[in-house]
Amino acid sequence: MKNFSNKYIFIYSAVLVAVVAVLLSVVAMSLKGRQDANVRNEKMQILLAAINVEADANQAAEMYQQYFDQELTVATDGSVLSVYNVKNGEMEQGSVRAFDVKLKDQQALEKAGQQGAFPVYVFSKDGRKGYVIPTQGNGLWGAVYSNIALDEDFNTIIGVTFSHESETPGLGAEIAEQKFQQPFIGKQILDENGQVISIAVKKNADPNGAHEVDAISGGTMTSNGVNAMLAADLARYQKFIDATRAGLVTEGSDEFQVPVEEIAVEFEEGEEVSL
Amino acid sequence: MKIFTDPLAKNNPITVQVLGICSCLAVTAQLKPALVMAISVTVVVALSNLIISLMRNTIPPRIRIIVQLVVVSALVILVNQVLMAFVYDVSKQLSVYVGLIITNCIVMGRLEAFAMSRKPLESFLDGVGNGLGYGIILVIIGAFREIFGSGSIWGYPIMEKLGLYQIGYENNGLVIMAPMALILVGIIIWIQRTKDKDLQEN
Repeated sequence: MKNFSNKYIFIYSAVLVAVVAVLLSVVAMSLKGRQDANVRNEKMQILLAAINVEADANQAAEMYQQYFDQELTVATDGSVLSVYNVKNGEMEQGSVRAFDVKLKDQQALEKAGQQGAFPVYVFSKDGRKGYVIPTQGNGLWGAVYSNIALDEDFNTIIGVTFSHESETPGLGAEIAEQKFQQPFIGKQILDENGQVISIAVKKNADPNGAHEVDAISGGTMTSNGVNAMLAADLARYQKFIDATRAGLVTEGSDEFQVPVEEIAVEFEEGEEVSL
Repeated sequence: MKIFTDPLAKNNPITVQVLGICSCLAVTAQLKPALVMAISVTVVVALSNLIISLMRNTIPPRIRIIVQLVVVSALVILVNQVLMAFVYDVSKQLSVYVGLIITNCIVMGRLEAFAMSRKPLESFLDGVGNGLGYGIILVIIGAFREIFGSGSIWGYPIMEKLGLYQIGYENNGLVIMAPMALILVGIIIWIQRTKDKDLQEN
């Protein structure tokens, strides 16, 4: 076996590592665009799924533009921080697109006592307006996510998606299944006074109860996580919901950037808006 | 030629060398991720074998494992980046298991046992052979588990089209779970050793 000097070994490893580093950086840089596009497409697919529209990755961007009107970020005091117009791709107010907001960062900001910017997606489907609220919390093993699509009364759930990072297959992971998600549809997140009451995920839930759905048997910790997530994340929007719902009756105040005229018109036309 | 065909059966990495079992259990619930994983491992083993074989005379023995690891890691990261860019949904299903190809014993095993002392072409063939030997088992198990666990093949709902659900057929939940993959590997080993007396140990 050949003898290698220490000097040779050092130079050899340094050169090898440098070559590998350059190679990997070049590849990572050149593929980044495609990878980011994939992540964005997936997010759009999930948002579309929340409003019960199925789209594959290729159509996601197009369909997203078709169904969604605005992306807002709102503060917990109800004020609108930014408005992004999905149809023409322009920022109408503020500078941060709700789509690019990392919910976890905002939750951390809020925890640190600062103001967070929380996303709301405004969509219209079959002539009706609606809102999607994304949420994020902790299950048993890792993060759990959901998107709650609400009807124009900002109260009735018309669709949900749940996903998770690493819940137990067959138990907690069932939240990602239709069987768990279907019962959410038609439930209401507000009580009769317009206060956010969220949806309780619990054992032996009354199928006719407006604010509860059945938990997963054997997945208690995950169910509790979902419970806490929904309660905390929906409650953040209380003031914004109040304001939007107030706009439904009082011809829209200028304070809020949600185009309330459309809703008000529908209301005048006698469409039922349950308040 | 023997270099290429041996790992497919007589010296199969999974059923005879019993390497790479972990990923074999994890990614075979469906056929598609199983096949992508098989291709990824084949690419990594073949190329790392080739590269290490080309470099073998320049590698100082004292740091050879580190050099091997650097080469393998670089290739695995490349594969992962390519998967994320072009087959995003599959790369999500494979999740950490692509990264774990680095620690797949087949790769390091072939480098140490073969590529360090053989010519590039031989090493490359050995790598392809071992990758395919691993891949065959993965695909067999993946196909079985998808058909009997999810009632579909490559995402095509075959059981539904055959109308088996109407006559009371149900998918077997156990087949989707990891233990079933282990049982299947066991059955394959059993069949192989029954047929090939050379492999039987006393």
